[in-house]
Amino acid sequence: MLSVHAVRRLRDFVLDVTLSVRCGETLVLVGENGAGKSTVLNLISGLLPPDRGEITLGERTLFSSGERIDVPAEHRSIGHLFQSYALFPHMTVSENVAFGLRCRKVTRPEVAFTVAKQLAAMHLSDLADVNVGRLSGGQRQRVALARALVLDPELLLLDEPLAAVDMRAQAAMRKELRDRIRNAGIPCIVVTHNLRDALELGDRLCLLEEGRVAADGTPEEVLGMRENGFIASFAGR
Amino acid sequence: MDSTRFRQEREVLRHGGRVRSGVAPLTLLIAVLLALFLLFVTLPVASLFLRISLEAFLRSLAEPVVLDALSLSLVTATVSTAIVVLFGTPLALVNARRDYPGRALVDTLTDLPIVLPPAVAGIALLMAFGRRGVVGQYLDVFGISIAFTTVAVVLAQVFVASPFYIRQARASFEAVDRLYEDAARTLGASPATVALRITIPLAWSGLVSGAILSFARALGEFGATIMFAGNFQGRTQTMPLAIYTTMQGDLDAAISLAIILVVISFAVIAAVKVVTRRRI
Repeated sequence: MLSVHAVRRLRDFVLDVTLSVRCGETLVLVGENGAGKSTVLNLISGLLPPDRGEITLGERTLFSSGERIDVPAEHRSIGHLFQSYALFPHMTVSENVAFGLRCRKVTRPEVAFTVAKQLAAMHLSDLADVNVGRLSGGQRQRVALARALVLDPELLLLDEPLAAVDMRAQAAMRKELRDRIRNAGIPCIVVTHNLRDALELGDRLCLLEEGRVAADGTPEEVLGMRENGFIASFAGR
Repeated sequence: MDSTRFRQEREVLRHGGRVRSGVAPLTLLIAVLLALFLLFVTLPVASLFLRISLEAFLRSLAEPVVLDALSLSLVTATVSTAIVVLFGTPLALVNARRDYPGRALVDTLTDLPIVLPPAVAGIALLMAFGRRGVVGQYLDVFGISIAFTTVAVVLAQVFVASPFYIRQARASFEAVDRLYEDAARTLGASPATVALRITIPLAWSGLVSGAILSFARALGEFGATIMFAGNFQGRTQTMPLAIYTTMQGDLDAAISLAIILVVISFAVIAAVKVVTRRRI
């Protein structure tokens, strides 16, 4: 269970969000560009500190302005996928997937074994020694996901997970992604601009407007709010 | 010239040629300027090779003054480059990534040796580390004297060559997308691991070319060295100093040393080109 209350002064407005995601639940975050969606992910994963607030994940407090707790990003065990995937360009596929394990005190044979298993599960074994610069959008997405999932994260944050994937491959990738998230059994937040993502990945839909939660409910409930301009155009597509 | 250009334009118009009016004389002018400039740069360098026979060159290579200068230069320039890289890399990384009060001042200070005349650097180092210098007087109490030793050669080289590395390193670090560092942190990498496994490898070609340039500058250092370290064969007489000294007696030795430096300079340019081309 993730629960977030975070306030941070941004350039144009004050971001002030309160939300919670249960284990095995996927929350889809939608909103205009610049509404603060990616910022929310960065606040949760520890790349950006909130001005004040409290973030807890399971039993752990990750951030608390009251108790002066701020767990550094590297100790939060959160899988954070960036929109561009941010695969390390100077490493091969398997080196990318092994990166997080190598940062922990895992022995070399164990790293090799775990990485090989993860690559096989993600259908990436054939690409193990390929430099990531040669991959397609869909392959990159799978490598980024493998790199995060191999560490058994306690929370998954996905920023536009399918935006860089070929249109034709998107449906299959979306289904695969949904299965992976379900199997992981952890809270998950997906930021997206895509209605299909929202409908197929999300258990709950949350609309962000200028840094505030404007609506939070099941996809049907939120998408039913046709009086809202963003929802009208989002669901109308 | 204007009238010829005009006539050419008319010619072009009359023959219905492509619209290249006035380009030919301009191209000619640029070609002449370029040729003159290239001649101006290459002729002196070529003259070095033309003024000495191969036998004389090989003979002077065996002379102690040449050998001493060559080995001293290579050793000191290597040591000072290592020192510059060791101190300059963290400084460049911090200045590229962290904002702190006084960062602009630090940047200006690290750039200072580039604009400072070497003679000024030499006397400044002497005033700091000389026997009666600001720091030197205390070192002297412990029997440590730096001025006019090989250590002084290294210090002078570090002083003048450090900006070449630090500037390049900082620019290369700034060119690394922060997203990779962020991704590495969420995967559990400590700041040190991020620097060693992500930022430095991604900035690698820039760091290497910066170090090469810094090495070249250290190798050519003359003014600060002769003032702060003196001109003692085998101890502080680096190649440029040896050229200056031997020129007054044994011109062949001076030319041989110069040729070696020319070859090294070309190697430096080639190395920088090769390293910077292989960007990741």
